[in-house]
Amino acid sequence: MPPIESLPISPGAAVGLVALVAIVVANQRAGRTPWALPRWEHAFGLVGLCTILNGQYMGLFEAPRERMMGEVARILYVHVPSAWLTMVVFLFTFLFAVAFLFTGRKVFDQLVEATIEVGVVLAILLQCTGMLFAKPTWGMYWDWDPRLVSTAVMTLSFIGVLTLRSLVVDADQRATWTSVGAILASTSMAVTYYSVQWWRSVHQMQSSPDTVAKPIVLVLRINAFALLFLTVWFVARRWRIAAARAREDEAPPLPEEVLA
Amino acid sequence: MSWLWQVPAVVAKELLVEWRERSRVSGLFFYSFALLLMVAFAMPNTKMLADIAGGALWLGLLLASTRSLDQSFKVELENGALEGLVLWPVDPLALYYGKAIANTLVLLLVAAAIVPLVIVLYHPEIKGDPWQLVGILVLGSAALAAPGTLVAALTVQARGSSALLPMLLFPLVVPVVLASARATMLLFDGDLMGQVDDWMMLLLAFDLVHWSLDGLLFTRIVDEG
Repeated sequence: MPPIESLPISPGAAVGLVALVAIVVANQRAGRTPWALPRWEHAFGLVGLCTILNGQYMGLFEAPRERMMGEVARILYVHVPSAWLTMVVFLFTFLFAVAFLFTGRKVFDQLVEATIEVGVVLAILLQCTGMLFAKPTWGMYWDWDPRLVSTAVMTLSFIGVLTLRSLVVDADQRATWTSVGAILASTSMAVTYYSVQWWRSVHQMQSSPDTVAKPIVLVLRINAFALLFLTVWFVARRWRIAAARAREDEAPPLPEEVLA
Repeated sequence: MSWLWQVPAVVAKELLVEWRERSRVSGLFFYSFALLLMVAFAMPNTKMLADIAGGALWLGLLLASTRSLDQSFKVELENGALEGLVLWPVDPLALYYGKAIANTLVLLLVAAAIVPLVIVLYHPEIKGDPWQLVGILVLGSAALAAPGTLVAALTVQARGSSALLPMLLFPLVVPVVLASARATMLLFDGDLMGQVDDWMMLLLAFDLVHWSLDGLLFTRIVDEG
């Protein structure tokens, strides 16, 4: 496949243009201003979608072949961004949980719910790509390596919090307990992050732009930002669901006798 | 800091409850005993038993802890005892630390009973310093009890709490099981590289984090519950 610069139009730009035309046409028909978006987060979603198309195209066809691992290393353009974003999202879970316990504002509880769910999905993506990557490079899908184990433990902790959340009936209790559980689960994040330094094992230590070849860093960055935008979109969408559910819980319809 | 003076009273109350229901602690003991036997039966040969003795000991303690922790708040829900405690001017912090200390003591009691059993049944050679084993048991039991007390308080009022407690607690205490089992096995096998101290430091760090953080989180749960 040709490099992205020599294409008449990059895949992301093509999809973006089609989407913009569709938005403008739909708005015209509904009599709105042409550029109106129903929700702000859709802008993030659209930018993320276009960027990730280009990023993955570059990762698959343009980035240089990795010297030791060959073509297999291209899965890193999914694996590494999802690892970064998993940690970022769970860090926000922690911050929102602390904010909820201090302020008691419902919006933070809904954000905790949204970030945990998106974080768990990212963590599962991270581990699936990691396993696919480990089979050809380490010779097995799973190794009892501290980084792998601590990541699995972290994921399980947050899944446990989601289970706890689904089992508590009272809304105020549910909110407080979710936050408490989320803060507890967040302690496993530190173990995951530092595991490669505490126990030197199969998994490599954190890389930095100095230790990775320039073209690879560029493609990684594009994919990371693309996934960041998509994650903002996912979290915002999930938060809208949580907020809508909370509204439904809070305002039961008045019984007929009262209305009459 | 006046709540500090209430801690011994809560510990005494917890121990009194345990004493009045002695069958519960002995039930815990027989539970871990049966578990040790089952682990031994599940192994392919008896030569392996000496190698896994430390791991089996901590598996028994971990499972016993989930049972005792689950009980420790179930009792409070009967007749609204928890509500009564909070309405009485007992600081939630005192309640948490009292319960956590009592839970640690119960675990240590179970440990004191099953360590001789492990030594008899699994016949590990004890090459290390037996006093170090006491240190590991104290640090490890405290590390299981601190987050355990908090998680038990979280789950007891939810539906299906006995399944939920291990689900939340086990991922949290993975470092505890890892460190205490490794330290115990090293102690049995002979600690050539001096690694036991490192594992004990990990346990100590875990204890410090959870004994300080979890009390604060507990106050929020009690306020809401």
